[in-house]
Amino acid sequence: MLEIGLSHYLSVAAILFTLGLFGIFLNRKNVIIILMSIELMLLAVNINLVAFSTHLNDLVGQIFAMFVLTVAAAEAAIGLAILVVYYRNRGSIEVEDVNVMRG
Amino acid sequence: MIVQALAFYMFSFVAVAAGVLVIAARNPVHSVLFLILAFFNAAGLFVLMGAEFLAMVLVIVYVGAVAVLFLFVVMMLDINFVELRRGVLQYLPIGALIGILLLVELLVVLGGWVVIPQAASNAAAPIPPLDQVTNTQAIGRIIYTDYFYLFQAAGLILLVAMIGAIVLTLRKRPGVRRQKIADQLDRKASDAIEIVKVTTGSGI
Repeated sequence: MLEIGLSHYLSVAAILFTLGLFGIFLNRKNVIIILMSIELMLLAVNINLVAFSTHLNDLVGQIFAMFVLTVAAAEAAIGLAILVVYYRNRGSIEVEDVNVMRG
Repeated sequence: MIVQALAFYMFSFVAVAAGVLVIAARNPVHSVLFLILAFFNAAGLFVLMGAEFLAMVLVIVYVGAVAVLFLFVVMMLDINFVELRRGVLQYLPIGALIGILLLVELLVVLGGWVVIPQAASNAAAPIPPLDQVTNTQAIGRIIYTDYFYLFQAAGLILLVAMIGAIVLTLRKRPGVRRQKIADQLDRKASDAIEIVKVTTGSGI
């Protein structure tokens, strides 16, 4: 219990990942919360990568976590830009009416 | 050892609690603030694991940029969030079912799984001892040599994301009078005024 090892970090990451997934289900209508849930899941993945990097004494995991961070930042920027454009066109951000492009 | 354990439990407990509040908060502004709290505590976990550089990058990139972006968008859009939260309880059972299933799966995998002892010996880039090279230095040495092209590609991804976000949100609003400096500088005296010789007594 007092010896903090790999499995402790992996458990925290698993809980955070599950919370992110749960958040997507819970807030089906609010795109902003869905984006935040995705950020939470990516954070859990990063915790996993860094935990394995420390445990296996391999620095590559940390570098990969940095690339994940890059992609997450780009994804957040693009996602929020799309959200702003969508709000400008529709006046709401309800995900349930995102089917205007359906033929 | 006990300090490390205490720090780990504190950071992880606050991170998980903040994660719960991110998805459960009524007000999205509170959600963003709890997301910031979760990221801060994850950065603490990173420091505990010996990844100081990533911890600082997490704080700078997420708290400094992404979370502010989220806050900006949440505050800029005039959305009735109470309306959006309607029907949350309808999705609670299926969400809880899938969430618990996934968590149990992950924990089962964790419980019955061990790293082979040889795994540590064939590391692609072994972490150098901390008294010789700091974490930031070690990452820099690898990222600017072995992973140089991937690093450039990451920069390119950020550039594309930046240009994409600008192109998506840029708009020309009709009916807005703007200052056109090029037009102003283009003006010549000959275009602007006309000199008329007026003969006395006849008028123009």
